[in-house]
Amino acid sequence: MKVGYYPGCSLESTAKEFDLSFRTICKGYGIDLVDIPDWNCCGASPAHQLSEELAFALPYRNLLNAEGANLNTVVSPCPACYSHLLHTHKTVGEKMGLSSRLTEMVGRAYQESVASKHVLDFLFRDIGVERIRESAEKPLKDLRVVSYYGCLTRLPGVDIDDAENPTMMDEIISALGAVPLDWSHKTECCGASLSITRTDIGLRLANEILEAAKDVKADCIAVVCPLCQSNLDMRQPDVEEKNNRSYNLPLIYLTQLIGLTLGIDFKDLGLGKLIVDPVPLLRTKGVL
Amino acid sequence: MKVLSRQEDIHQFKDEILALCDEDASRCVQCGKCTASCPIAPEMDLKPSQVLRHIQINSSKPVLQCSTIWLCASCETCSSRCPEGIEIATLMDTLRKVAIEEGLAMGQKQIVAFDEIFLDSIKRYGRVHELGLVMRYNMASRQPLKDAHLGLLMLGKGKLSLFAHGIRDRATIREIFRKSRRFFGK
Repeated sequence: MKVGYYPGCSLESTAKEFDLSFRTICKGYGIDLVDIPDWNCCGASPAHQLSEELAFALPYRNLLNAEGANLNTVVSPCPACYSHLLHTHKTVGEKMGLSSRLTEMVGRAYQESVASKHVLDFLFRDIGVERIRESAEKPLKDLRVVSYYGCLTRLPGVDIDDAENPTMMDEIISALGAVPLDWSHKTECCGASLSITRTDIGLRLANEILEAAKDVKADCIAVVCPLCQSNLDMRQPDVEEKNNRSYNLPLIYLTQLIGLTLGIDFKDLGLGKLIVDPVPLLRTKGVL
Repeated sequence: MKVLSRQEDIHQFKDEILALCDEDASRCVQCGKCTASCPIAPEMDLKPSQVLRHIQINSSKPVLQCSTIWLCASCETCSSRCPEGIEIATLMDTLRKVAIEEGLAMGQKQIVAFDEIFLDSIKRYGRVHELGLVMRYNMASRQPLKDAHLGLLMLGKGKLSLFAHGIRDRATIREIFRKSRRFFGK
């Protein structure tokens, strides 16, 4: 099965292991990922904060390139990239005059043929929970996992799960043989967009989320966003120091957890790239 | 200045915002759900529901100069919970752009600077070069060593590239930037 893929800037850098693990598990499931040719940045928050037209035109070029390569479905690992592609696709069809304006800006007309999916939705619906359960050769026994969705289910254009209490990731965690935990902060904002400019706010929000995970005695946090991951993982030592707490909570991409159950090697899943080292935990639980 | 001329018509500011983003602040019933839900409310000078109230009473200057519109992380919790269906995060986005257009002294200048450096990276390469972005931002905000410990950690993990890699078709990206306006159709 051939599927379009839009990695986005973070997956080339701070979230390399998300890219690596997703590509590796797709290979395991027989899915052929095809990158959008010569893709560009979606514009992220700075584009929609400063220019409405730029915020549409940047994702529009990606939709055009996907369409040009006959990619009818494009999967994005980053919720922001995904929402920007989806929202642009939807708005072009709804807002009078936008299509012609974007055609004028980018130089080509979009035929609205590209369906966008987030990695979580793709895993849940396209690969399917049952297939994930059946192919879990090495189940994650006794691993207590909180699923962290962040703002994914509320972003513009997104309608994949309950906005207040999503359960897709929890169901996958359960299919992997691990223990999904109910907790208070599954959809709270991590503040990643302010992580560089107002680090104080990012650290406060990260502390609240880590504390909530610790309260339910989680072993680790499962994530599907490169920004949530880096904000909670990279800054965790600073959060611990500032609040005089010890969390030691690995932030593991859902794709890495799935990869472990498929028996894929630790290195091929980029688990060594996580800042909070998951190895001691995974050894204790007999996963490694 | 435009803010001073908004005094004759009590609906003027609300109508301007409505025309820009189709979000009608007059629907707000001041229930406070957005403020109660906002993860960043503790750091905001005006709470989200107060921003809406200011728009309703044509009080544009406090809204355009507050820190709130810049601190909003666009997490959309307020929008998804508003009983009147107001897309508050979209409204915040519109207010940022109006604030810049009117050249008002802004609540959080460093966030505007970050956004501009971020977009400049896209304009040059087509993608964001994270290390370059943070280093340029640190220089611009005169805190060259901010997060240097994290930079080293990430470099050690092979998660930061030293050099930017541009996309092939940078000409189209430059065209997009040259043609883009603050608001669609305005």
